[in-house]
Amino acid sequence: MTQEADTLKELADQKYKYGFVSDIESELAPKGLSEETVRYISAKKNEPDWMLDWRLAAFRRWKTMTEPKWARVHYPPIDFQDAYYYAAPKVKKPAPASLDEVDPELIKTYEKLGIPLSEQKMLTGVAVDAVFDSVSVATTFKSKLEEVGVIFCPISEALAKHPDLVRKYLGTVVPVADNFYATLNSAVFSDGSFVYIPEGVRCPMELSTYFRINASNTGQFERTIIIADKGAYVSYLEGCTAPMRDENQLHAAVVELVALEGAEIKYSTVQNWYPGDETGKGGIYNFVTKRGDCRGANSKISWTQVETGSSITWKYPSCILRGENSVGEFYSIAIANHFQQADTGTKMIHLGKNTKSRIISKGISAGSAQNTYRGLVRVHHKAEGARNFTQCDSLLLGSKCGAHTVPYIESRNPSAILEHEATTSKISDDQLFYCQSRGIPAEEAVALIVNGFCKEVLQQLPMEFAVEAQKLVGISLEGSVG
Amino acid sequence: MLEIKDLYASVQGKEILKGLSLKIGAGEVHAIMGPNGAGKSTTSYALAGREGYDVTSGSVTFKGEDLLALKAEERAAKGLFLAFQYPLEIPGVSNLTFLKTAVNSQARLRGEADLDAVQFLKFVRTTAKTLNVSEDMLKRPLNVGFSGGEKKRNEVLQMAMLKPSLAILDETDSGLDIDALKVVAEGVNALRAPDRSFLVITHYQRLLDYIVPDFVHVLAGGRIVRSGDKSLALLLEEQGYEALTEKAA
Repeated sequence: MTQEADTLKELADQKYKYGFVSDIESELAPKGLSEETVRYISAKKNEPDWMLDWRLAAFRRWKTMTEPKWARVHYPPIDFQDAYYYAAPKVKKPAPASLDEVDPELIKTYEKLGIPLSEQKMLTGVAVDAVFDSVSVATTFKSKLEEVGVIFCPISEALAKHPDLVRKYLGTVVPVADNFYATLNSAVFSDGSFVYIPEGVRCPMELSTYFRINASNTGQFERTIIIADKGAYVSYLEGCTAPMRDENQLHAAVVELVALEGAEIKYSTVQNWYPGDETGKGGIYNFVTKRGDCRGANSKISWTQVETGSSITWKYPSCILRGENSVGEFYSIAIANHFQQADTGTKMIHLGKNTKSRIISKGISAGSAQNTYRGLVRVHHKAEGARNFTQCDSLLLGSKCGAHTVPYIESRNPSAILEHEATTSKISDDQLFYCQSRGIPAEEAVALIVNGFCKEVLQQLPMEFAVEAQKLVGISLEGSVG
Repeated sequence: MLEIKDLYASVQGKEILKGLSLKIGAGEVHAIMGPNGAGKSTTSYALAGREGYDVTSGSVTFKGEDLLALKAEERAAKGLFLAFQYPLEIPGVSNLTFLKTAVNSQARLRGEADLDAVQFLKFVRTTAKTLNVSEDMLKRPLNVGFSGGEKKRNEVLQMAMLKPSLAILDETDSGLDIDALKVVAEGVNALRAPDRSFLVITHYQRLLDYIVPDFVHVLAGGRIVRSGDKSLALLLEEQGYEALTEKAA
């Protein structure tokens, strides 16, 4: 046992590869949170009056709210006045018209991250909207998307160019007063992506947003809205990293998805925010509200997430299955190492007839980490013939970490069929030795075994990201065996 | 090839091997036979480098090098292979992926380049065919739901792919019916070569009808108490361990 513990400890001592800081001057909003901050952000973005009013209403509401305490995560109180709510890289000129005008330092940062920003490199067919701290830097492949009528741009641009469309959907899936962090986001969100796929259009490429928190003491509050009109299809991927910093930084995003009749949205996340060091110092607080609304009949929303970073993750990408025969899916890999805490899962709200949902959750805990799956499956009394299948598997590395499964099931319709399966396992010494005796070092063996454990979820990722995610799984667990 | 000198090893503080000595030349097939608790499995684990099998004194030289100074994976890369009595299951990792990872990992440890993917596939498929390992078995998760015979054939497949200089077969015959045993033995025999040695560890003489050893050793009380040619195995079968080990003592 002790050998195993040592081995695991060694593997848990990984280095965070994305911990560099870019030397870019930032333009910051005044520190702290007040109506002035909200007005500042709105003014910076040249927003219409209704948007400012919406933000201010959210801010007033937020002041009356308290932080949720029900999750199995522990952290000292956050001083919301001790952070910057807006940080933009200082641009020499007004908005860049083409990639050539983007600060070369920024481009270098993205190259370090492996983001192919220049269109020439975009052989993978991925359009990227890169968000650096609070501002979208460049959106690639815009013209190609415009040809088919797809709107893919920073939300600030959407507010300027398509205000009615934004107004029609903003806050309709995650209401302003939904929860503490969502309300905070509503008041101060500074960027994020806006996607609209017109009726009957199958988006010709994967859409992707890359988030990076660079400035210190800043929070990142992006808001992403994706609308798939009738019969439309889109696959969207977001990736996240942040530099290593001793203090904790807050990330409170809101994502709203709307799928109309017969539409399908596939939303994938590879979250690799800085997790803090081996002693639990620093790291991102990732308090995120993601929700999809299957508004039309026969629509489908599928969430896939690979959560390896952040010191605390509090995240429940959910589906409201309103339309008849609509389908919600949640595929999740959550890895927690060292002192990371993850409380993540999903909510599947069955409102319509014959709605189906599927939940596959793979939690991996190493070091002294705590990993909780928290999920709700609710069947409304009108949801005749609803079906859910849930599978929660936990894998433990070492004896100091914890895995917790908290499933809530509420059924108000007797015709519903709900299934729940859960397993907890450990990587055995026997398995490790077997791999070693074949020439595979322990660390690689762990990566191999964990990847096997996560296979069902990894398969859901778009091809070009599956390979990256597989590597990330290995890297996240480096140092947890020896 | 391999020289074990006066080896003492303990497991969880209990001394199991007490002065084991054995010398295996290139191309030779040695068999170690012994009753339960004689130290058969400990011998194979200690040689393969399993943690928790602590060598307290003695030496093991493998191809002129101090084997005991190497980690398990380095021993494998050096050319040592252990066919398990109970091969492990790894859910979600296909047999093929596992084989490829092992082959490439060993190459890397030796400072060589990864194997060409096309050549690798070709090589796996031909080898698998001779061992009666189906395409389906290659695609299934490693050893998951494999029958006893399938698992052992799969061990021989791994052996063929990894091309070891010394292969240790740890009670490979356990849990096999006679037909499965024949297939496995044929697979092993096909791998016999002037530069490849085998150490066959077994409880029963039966396996040695099919894999015919050059030398047979009797292990009892943690050391070799008697050595001879293949006729010793037959003698053991006839008289039993007790009679022989008593005589030796």
